[in-house]
Amino acid sequence: MTNDEARQLIRSVLHQVAPEADLDEVGAGETLQEALDLDSMDFLNFVVGLHEATGLEIPERDYPQLSTVEGCVTYLTSAG
Amino acid sequence: MGDFTMPSLGADMEAGTIAQWLVKPGDEVHRGGIVAVVETEKSTMEVEIFESGVIDELLVHEGESVPVGTVLAHVTTRTAEAVTAAPPPPPPSGPLPPPVVSPVVRRLAERSGVDLAVLSGSGLGGTVTRADVERAAQPTGDEGARPEWALGRAGPRSSPLARRLAAELGVDLSALRGSGPHGSVVERDVRLAVEVRPDETPPAPVAPEDRQAAMRRAIGALMARSKREIPHYYLSTTIDLTAPAAWLEQTNLERPITGRLIMSVLLLKATALAVKAVPEMNGFMGGGTFASSEAVHVGVAVSLRTGGVIAPAIHNVDQLTLDELMTGLKDLVGRARTGVLRTSEMSDPTITVTNLGELGVETVFGVIYPPQVALVGFGRVTERAWARDGMLGVHPCVTATLSADHRVSDGHRGGRFLAEIDRLLQEPGKL
Repeated sequence: MTNDEARQLIRSVLHQVAPEADLDEVGAGETLQEALDLDSMDFLNFVVGLHEATGLEIPERDYPQLSTVEGCVTYLTSAG
Repeated sequence: MGDFTMPSLGADMEAGTIAQWLVKPGDEVHRGGIVAVVETEKSTMEVEIFESGVIDELLVHEGESVPVGTVLAHVTTRTAEAVTAAPPPPPPSGPLPPPVVSPVVRRLAERSGVDLAVLSGSGLGGTVTRADVERAAQPTGDEGARPEWALGRAGPRSSPLARRLAAELGVDLSALRGSGPHGSVVERDVRLAVEVRPDETPPAPVAPEDRQAAMRRAIGALMARSKREIPHYYLSTTIDLTAPAAWLEQTNLERPITGRLIMSVLLLKATALAVKAVPEMNGFMGGGTFASSEAVHVGVAVSLRTGGVIAPAIHNVDQLTLDELMTGLKDLVGRARTGVLRTSEMSDPTITVTNLGELGVETVFGVIYPPQVALVGFGRVTERAWARDGMLGVHPCVTATLSADHRVSDGHRGGRFLAEIDRLLQEPGKL
């Protein structure tokens, strides 16, 4: 998966989880949870969305790596 | 014959708009079935019916906004007239069979001086219904097309309890619109009349862009009522979540991603079980007395992204497994934010839990949703320095708070309740 594909995927999954959330508002290094008001249910839905799109079994201990946009991109691109 | 009325979907609801009818006259309905979609200031909801029978007549058009308690439809219940209304529908062509009339309707027609032979029935299979007779019995003019409740009535029927209450509260019964059987004024109509101030006219149908402002008003009105009527007391305690967090981690490790649980589920379940030990936290305050509830329907405060908060219930949380509760919570939060809630979810929470703290704050002191008597708040789970067994360690902790009604309980019992939640969370495997 390329950087752009990863970004596109993150954007579309976030849109499903929180339709009102605007990814462009998330600053570099800011966590998705704080920037977009995601609670643990939203975040789980986000992770489930990534899983459904990629087939990755994302273990809970990897969650912290997914808390920023950059982190998500790195995680998705390095996983294949 | 039963009346299907605009339900109260929460203490802050005064009126609702029929967004859509999902049934039409002649349709068979079953208790618990969804018959209409109603919009309120706060949300859109699927409304369930609490009788089984056949829809006789719809009295309120789609798009119309009417106060709580207004009769929306007449329902012919199974045990009464529907039994005689069972013949097959008439063939599409050829002469119509003579109208089928139940004994009840025939008697009504005799009393009202209506000639049944000239009526065309609107019921199942062309049956002449009670409503047909009543319409025919009304004076001519445009009144005939108006629903029964809209017509002036000299003195409405009323229940003895309603009359006594009206006298106590100084309510004029003849000015009330009855929501009881045959339009009679019942207890809740009187209570409603006291709650709805004369200067608070029922709101008009709400356009989406006005929804936010309307919701703000509705929340404001309800919270003002809560603060005015309920003598709140507040307690706070910190709970060590090491045991439940470890249990959760272990459990989720063995599960596929779609089957994982979140801490909120454990907190909800522990709260629901704790009311067994302190029942005065679970139930309703009505008419100056508290009625504790056997069932535990936990209202879950869900913040809406567009602003505002709504607290629909998950039913019988004490009896659900954690997996069922997780599924229920996911479904409820999703529907509260994007879709449609059901009447029963809005009208009957017996206690509310707010998890607001998840989005940042350590401690949340909530305002009780009347007529409930308690609200439990959980702050954000954070790692804190925690001393135990003479050792200082870093533990995941949460601040649990209780807002409770002093008319029903005291701080001592409230403290017992929070301690019980703590105790239950320390044995997560048993939740």
